[in-house]
Amino acid sequence: MRILHLAFAYLASRPLLTALNVAMLALGVATISFLLVVTHQAEERLTRDAKSVDLVVGAKGSPLQLILSTVFHADVPTGNIGLEESRPIAANPMVASATPVALGDSFHGHRIVGTDESFLALYDARIAQGRMFAAEMEAIVGADVARREGLAVGAKLTGAHGLAASGPAHGDHPYQVVGVLAPTGTVADRLVITSVESVWHVHEEHAPARPEITALLLRYRTPLAAAMLPRAINATTAMQAASPAYESARLLDLVGVGVETLQWFAIVLMASAALSLFVALNSALQERRYDLALLRTLGARPAALAALTLAEGVTLLLAGAILGFALGHGAAHALGWWLAEAASWPVTGLAWAPGEAVLAAAVLAIGALTCLVPAWQAYFSDPASLLARR
Amino acid sequence: MLEIRGLRHDYAGRTVLSVPSWDVAKGDASLVLGPSGSGKTTLLNAIAGLATPTAGSIRVAGREVTGLAPAARDAFRARHVGLVLQTLHLIGVVSVRENLRLAQRLAGSPVDDARIDEVLASLGIAGLGGARAGNISVGEAQRVAIARAVVNRPSLILADEPTSALDDANCAKALALLLDQAAACGATLLVATHDNRIRGRFERRLEL
Repeated sequence: MRILHLAFAYLASRPLLTALNVAMLALGVATISFLLVVTHQAEERLTRDAKSVDLVVGAKGSPLQLILSTVFHADVPTGNIGLEESRPIAANPMVASATPVALGDSFHGHRIVGTDESFLALYDARIAQGRMFAAEMEAIVGADVARREGLAVGAKLTGAHGLAASGPAHGDHPYQVVGVLAPTGTVADRLVITSVESVWHVHEEHAPARPEITALLLRYRTPLAAAMLPRAINATTAMQAASPAYESARLLDLVGVGVETLQWFAIVLMASAALSLFVALNSALQERRYDLALLRTLGARPAALAALTLAEGVTLLLAGAILGFALGHGAAHALGWWLAEAASWPVTGLAWAPGEAVLAAAVLAIGALTCLVPAWQAYFSDPASLLARR
Repeated sequence: MLEIRGLRHDYAGRTVLSVPSWDVAKGDASLVLGPSGSGKTTLLNAIAGLATPTAGSIRVAGREVTGLAPAARDAFRARHVGLVLQTLHLIGVVSVRENLRLAQRLAGSPVDDARIDEVLASLGIAGLGGARAGNISVGEAQRVAIARAVVNRPSLILADEPTSALDDANCAKALALLLDQAAACGATLLVATHDNRIRGRFERRLEL
C-alpha cells in the first residue's frame, strides 16, 4: 500500500463528505469557467462583427439600438433615412467606403439585408457556390443559413416582416437563392443578402415617395475622420452617427456588470469551497492523528505524512477542478446548442477562454494554501507525545 | 542486544525517566514495570527512536540510537523494531493485509504476501487478511497488532501495555502469542506494563 493509495482509502472512507467537497469546488469553478467561456466568445464575436465598420449612420434614436440592428442584426432599427440625404456622407472624402443597408424582413429568424457588393467586402466574404445577386428578388445566403435551412442555389425563400420567424409573410414576393457564401465566422454567416432594390420591391405598397434605406455602414479613409465625421453628422443632419466599437464596448460594460456580479458570486462560492476543504482536511487530520503517529512508529518520515495529507487535498482539488471545468464547458455547450436552435450567436464549450488559465492557477494556489496548513501540522506532529497521551 | 547507560529524560523541568544502566541479551524477554506516569512509555519511545532523551546512551544491536539523525532513526526503527501499542491502533480504512503490507513497505521491504499469510496463520487469524481493519473485534485487533509488529522479523519488539485492557483469559492468550512470535523471530521482547498479572511470566524485569 502506497501513500497515495492510503489517501484514496481515507477519501473513500467518507464518501459523502468527499463528494460534498468536490461538488462545492466544482460549482465554483464551473460558474466562473462558464462565464469566462461565454463572455470571451461574446466579446470576440462582437469585436469581429464590429471591426469592419467604423461608423453607422442611421435614423435618430438610441445609438446602441442602431448598432445592434444594423451591425449585429439583433434588434429592430431606429427608423429609416433618405437615400438622397445619405449621399453627401458617402461622398465625403474622409469616407473610404459607404455600404447601404435596408432592413425590414427576415427568413426563419435570419435577417434579410438589402445592400450592395461592398457589404461582402466588409466581412471578407466570398461566394462558395453560385454567383452574386444581379437582378431584383435574387439573394445570396450566409453559410449558417444555408446549412440550417438546407438552402442551395436555385432554392426559393419568402421573407416575413420583422425579426421574428412568426412575422407576417411576404408570400407573393419570394427570393431566388443565386449564391451561398463561404463561412466567415462573422454575422454575414447568419444573413440573407439581397439588393436594396429587392427590399424596396417587397415593400413597394408601403414605400415612401422618396427612397429610403436603414443605414449607411462607413469605413474611414483617415483616422482623422473618427474625430470629425460623427460630430459633423450629429450636429448638422437629421441623422445620427454611432460607432460600433464604442457602442459594443458600452454594451459589454452593461452586460459586464451582471457578469461581474456573477463572477463575484462564483468567487465567494469558491472561497467557501476552499474553506470547506480546509475544514475537511483539518478535521480529517484531527480524526487520524493517531494513524499518523502510528505511521511514524512504522518508520514513515514526516515528509510522507505531509505528502499523505497533501495527496488527499490535491485529489479533492483536482477532482473538483476537473469536474468544474467539465461542467462549465458542458453548460456553455448546452447554451450554444440552445442558442443555435434560436438562430442566434454560436457559443461552444469546446474552446478555452484565456482567463481559464488564470482560473486554473488560482484554484491550484488556493488549494495549495488550503492543503499546506494541515500538511504542515502533519509534518510536525510528534508521535511520541500523541501516543503517550492516548 | 540492548544497552542503556545513564539514561535520563526531563520534561517540564523535572526528570520523568532515569535508567542508570540496563542490559538485555538477544532473544531475551524482559518486563518494564512501574505505575502510570513512571516513564515506561517514554523509555520505549526513546529505545524506538521516537523520543530523544535528555541524556544518556541507548545501543540497540550495537548501534547508538540517540546519535542517529532523524531519517536514519526512522529507517532503523522500521527495519529493526516492532511496536505493539497499548491501543493496538490499526489503520481502520484499509484491510488487515494492507496494514501489514504498509508495515513492510515502510520498512523498505518488498511486499511479501507469503510472509503475511504465514504470520496471520501462526496467530490463528488466517482468514482475516481481507477484512477491513476497522471492522474486526478487539481480540482480532490484538493479534493483528502483534502480526504487524513481527511481520518484518524485527530484532527488537517493544510492547506498551499490551494486556492492560484485556480480561484474564485474553491477557494470558495475548501474552502467549507475543512471547511465541518473539521467539519465532528470535527477537528480543520488551514489555512495558503496570499489569501485575503478567510479571510472573518474565524473569528479567526493570522496575521504574
